[in-house]
Amino acid sequence: MKRLPMPTSGLLRLMLLMLLTPFSFAGAADFDYRLESRRIADGVYVLIGRTEDFSPDNGGNVVNSGFLVGAQGVVVIDTGPSRRYGEQMRAAIARITPLPVVLTINSHKHPDHFLGNQAFPPETLAALPETIRAIEVQAPAFIERMYKLNGAWMGATELAAPRRALAPGRLEAGGRELELIALDGHTESDLVVLDRATGTLFAADLVFNGRAPTTPHANLKHWLASLDRLEQQSFTQVVPGHGPVAPDAAPIRETRRYLHWLDQTLREGAEQGLDMSEMLAQPVPDTFSGLALSSQEYRRSVTRLYPEAERIALDMRR
Amino acid sequence: MQKMALIVSAAMLLALPPIGGLADDSPRAGMADPLGSPRWENLRRAFFGDAEVVFDDRVKVNAPAVADEPLNVPVAVDASALTGVEEVLVLVDFNPIVRALRFEPGEARASLAFRLKLNESTPIRAAVRTADGVWHLGGARVTTSGGACTQPSAGSGASDWQQDLNQVGSRLWQRPDGSLRLRLRIVHPMDTGLAKGIPVFYIETLEITAGDGRSLMRIEPAEPVAENPVFTLDIPPGLSVDSPLRIAGRDNNGNLIHAETMP
Ligand SMILES: [Zn+2]
Repeated sequence: MKRLPMPTSGLLRLMLLMLLTPFSFAGAADFDYRLESRRIADGVYVLIGRTEDFSPDNGGNVVNSGFLVGAQGVVVIDTGPSRRYGEQMRAAIARITPLPVVLTINSHKHPDHFLGNQAFPPETLAALPETIRAIEVQAPAFIERMYKLNGAWMGATELAAPRRALAPGRLEAGGRELELIALDGHTESDLVVLDRATGTLFAADLVFNGRAPTTPHANLKHWLASLDRLEQQSFTQVVPGHGPVAPDAAPIRETRRYLHWLDQTLREGAEQGLDMSEMLAQPVPDTFSGLALSSQEYRRSVTRLYPEAERIALDMRR
Repeated sequence: MQKMALIVSAAMLLALPPIGGLADDSPRAGMADPLGSPRWENLRRAFFGDAEVVFDDRVKVNAPAVADEPLNVPVAVDASALTGVEEVLVLVDFNPIVRALRFEPGEARASLAFRLKLNESTPIRAAVRTADGVWHLGGARVTTSGGACTQPSAGSGASDWQQDLNQVGSRLWQRPDGSLRLRLRIVHPMDTGLAKGIPVFYIETLEITAGDGRSLMRIEPAEPVAENPVFTLDIPPGLSVDSPLRIAGRDNNGNLIHAETMP
């Protein structure tokens, strides 16, 4: 048999390596998210995820969660992307306090905010009524997708739906005074939690920081109105759904500036008769180059939101 | 199993087109599929028989490399660099229904943008038949989570869509290069018949004609075209269109589609 020339056999070796690599990855992973509770105010802790897309590398830890330690108990705000995350979050809480979890809030229906629920007492799982309904209907599809995106990290993750319906307004839990602010726009129902003692605002996915907002179920008009409302709110620091904690309203303004540009771009494109493929080919302006994943999120947003802009530009009822 | 996968990958890599432009503008002919699809030989036999088939860089298929929304994947086919285009066939290698759409450009440019449902990651091809009977093929590969062909349409699950069925939204734009753009959207569930309990239901024909009866384009969407289909086409400069354009068609249940749009 003729000997293969060097470049080709090198290529073959490379391909063999590529074929074997996925297996070695799975073997190496210890499925430890290495969660670290960071104290950002008296009794207020956050776990900050990476500003990346879901992947088998990060196991879905691309989201923020947090907890408040009161005199009698702990309030959890969002439980992360998987059962493992929830369990490791529970362990992280136990390293800070022996107090029981008395309230576990799911800020909205997206799976990276409630799939850790299995690790928390079922009777503490709570959300706004529209969020509860949406989770009950849509969770199976979300879970299937999260298994595809994050791989084996998701092992044994199942739906533990929130049952306790929250109402907007004041709520005392575990010795913490909360103000629950019911908004929408990122999804049909987005719950913002203000810790009254420290002025810490948990803004859910209405606010992104240093990462382009995701829009799979967005209503941009409503979202922009919710951001206006949040900027009126007084607070000392804001915990975004994704990205680092900020001491001021800068991430609110940044999220608004991006969404406003996106909304305008979609409407103008449809008004000018551009096809979706032409919209996808447009670059994201340099002014948003500081936002992680901006070109990916722009493209996702176009595929999801442009049909509605087209419907309006073509003056159609449905 | 691994060895087989290795051989297939090697074949795919070796079949990649050369990087960089060609010295002249002649088509890059040959029988090796530049998209390296294991389905290609079957498709060639099924759709082109003994006709001459060339892979031709002048046939452009623009589709996202990664499609996050498999129910609504934008595809733009442009064969306007070829002359004498008689028909264009759009094929999706790995869809359960391979044939996605066919169009005859008539007096419009030989280009059309539309959206497809994809069932899994797949090559998407445009096969362009010129007057000499030769099929010129271009394509793109799309990666997607898929599953879109076996899902019912949103329309079929809604209670009140029938009253809007086959309603047409259309609008014309003057383009900077003097051409006229037509965008067209039709309310239709476009059900593939592959979702349990939901019968096949799709638009079969759409004819776009100028006021004087000249055919601008004939489109034959098939089941894989996305729900509430949207089409974008361009009418070259110099083609006088001063009376309303007529849009006429029907779906596989015999429901008629009719609309007019003013220039
Ligand atoms: Zn979200």
